[in-house]
Amino acid sequence: MGFERFGFVSYVSQAKIGEFTEYLKNNQLMGTKCKKCGKVYFPPRGDCTSCLGEEIEWVEIQGEGKLVTFTQVNFAPTGFQKDVPYILALGQLNSGQYVFARFSKDVSLEQLKIGMALQLVPCKIDEERVTYEFQVL
Amino acid sequence: MTNRVAIIGVGQSSFGKRPDSSIRDLTFEAFHEAIEDTKNLERDEIDASLVASSSGYDKQRSPAAVIAGYLELNPQPTFLTEAACASSTVALRTAWSFVKSGLHDVVAVIGYQKMTDMTSEAIQEVMGRAGDVMFESPFGTSMPAYYAMFARAHMDAYGTTEEDLAKVSVKNHYYSQYNPKAMFQKEFTLEKVLSSRVIASPLKSLDCCANSDGASCLIVANEAKAKKFAEQPVWIKGLGLGSTAMSLASRNPPFTGFESAKEAARQAYAMASIKPTDIDVAEVHDCFTIAELIAYGDLEFCKREDSPKMIRNEETHLGGRIPVNIDGGLLSKGHPVGATGGSQIRTLVHQLRGEGGKMQVDGAKIALGHNVGGIGMYTNVTILEA
Repeated sequence: MGFERFGFVSYVSQAKIGEFTEYLKNNQLMGTKCKKCGKVYFPPRGDCTSCLGEEIEWVEIQGEGKLVTFTQVNFAPTGFQKDVPYILALGQLNSGQYVFARFSKDVSLEQLKIGMALQLVPCKIDEERVTYEFQVL
Repeated sequence: MTNRVAIIGVGQSSFGKRPDSSIRDLTFEAFHEAIEDTKNLERDEIDASLVASSSGYDKQRSPAAVIAGYLELNPQPTFLTEAACASSTVALRTAWSFVKSGLHDVVAVIGYQKMTDMTSEAIQEVMGRAGDVMFESPFGTSMPAYYAMFARAHMDAYGTTEEDLAKVSVKNHYYSQYNPKAMFQKEFTLEKVLSSRVIASPLKSLDCCANSDGASCLIVANEAKAKKFAEQPVWIKGLGLGSTAMSLASRNPPFTGFESAKEAARQAYAMASIKPTDIDVAEVHDCFTIAELIAYGDLEFCKREDSPKMIRNEETHLGGRIPVNIDGGLLSKGHPVGATGGSQIRTLVHQLRGEGGKMQVDGAKIALGHNVGGIGMYTNVTILEA
């Protein structure tokens, strides 16, 4: 339980990494680290799908990275129409992991250029819902 | 006798908004044309059917039983194959395996999708959930948005322009004038495409295929049955199927191509013992204009970075080096997800039989079909020979 608080609309409520949303609520960006091989996942995974290790620990993620690609959505699916326009992006953290997220609302399309520096930060959507978003450094 | 596998009959319904038709009516239309297309094949010769459809667009669950029942194909085996927009060519691959193994002699592959019962927004939501629902859909993803991200990366890496993308739309819409089963059978100018409203930047509405209702049917047979029940069997010469992780964040760069398509192409070319330059005519999965340019690179029609030049130089127009989507493509035929792969194969079979009419590629002997599921999670490449 707990994962139903993730994102603008959630489709999954139950997951091993349910406490991820609790960390976000406390303004912490946390990933998981495999105790066996040391691989760090963000977004977090409940097991290490690389070495098949089942013991993981939570580790803090430094959110610096760069922009890989992006789009501004003007025509939104059901459940997201009130948010348009919004910018979706794929970023790569300096630690290597790729992350899919929205840009913060104060970022405009004109500011963006592939390769530019980004910061991924935890954020609260409302009282209940939490997510992470990209900000321009 | 060798043990080749053939396509002996092809059919499709008209694609488009079909308020006149249920999934029963659409599949009947395609099946009827396919049966008529064979040489006197009796229905009791069909010893298995595969129904292809992507889930979530209509209320019917487990639709294979409904379709096989309606088309009176019981009590022979039937089941559903699902691989998003690549469902019907995954069914074709399955049919090939059934026939090649000797398990069945004649198999019907029936693909369909009924989409326009839903609003466009609701369809976008269903399609957005063909992305990772845990870490991507919660941000408001849609298929146009995903492909727009590939388009942006392609533009940045290779200097591809919005005009290059628009040229794909202009080409495919132009050819659809000659396809009586296409949803749009009219031309659009470059200006019209470029000035259509932005859906997900840089993709505009005329860079996107339309949601559509439709069905397709392919009848697959072993060599003995093919010689008996087809005037001109078309042989399956190569098959490839590849996969890619659904989540973009779990993929490998560059974000200008699909690993699944590269792998499928590698397998299919090897199985058919041909090179990309041997292809006379191709159908590629142009769900968005950018998807056609991505396909040129993935299928090695050219180097990835040269794909915008291929459209600029009209190398994929009729009369060009490899004519692509000369039936109008998904962009103008419409894209009833589960029916699309079968419709592509139908066009190629017509070409190899010399029945392409105004769109006939002279002397076409080898054809390639490229059918992608979702954001490249699955790609089928099928190579056919006259």
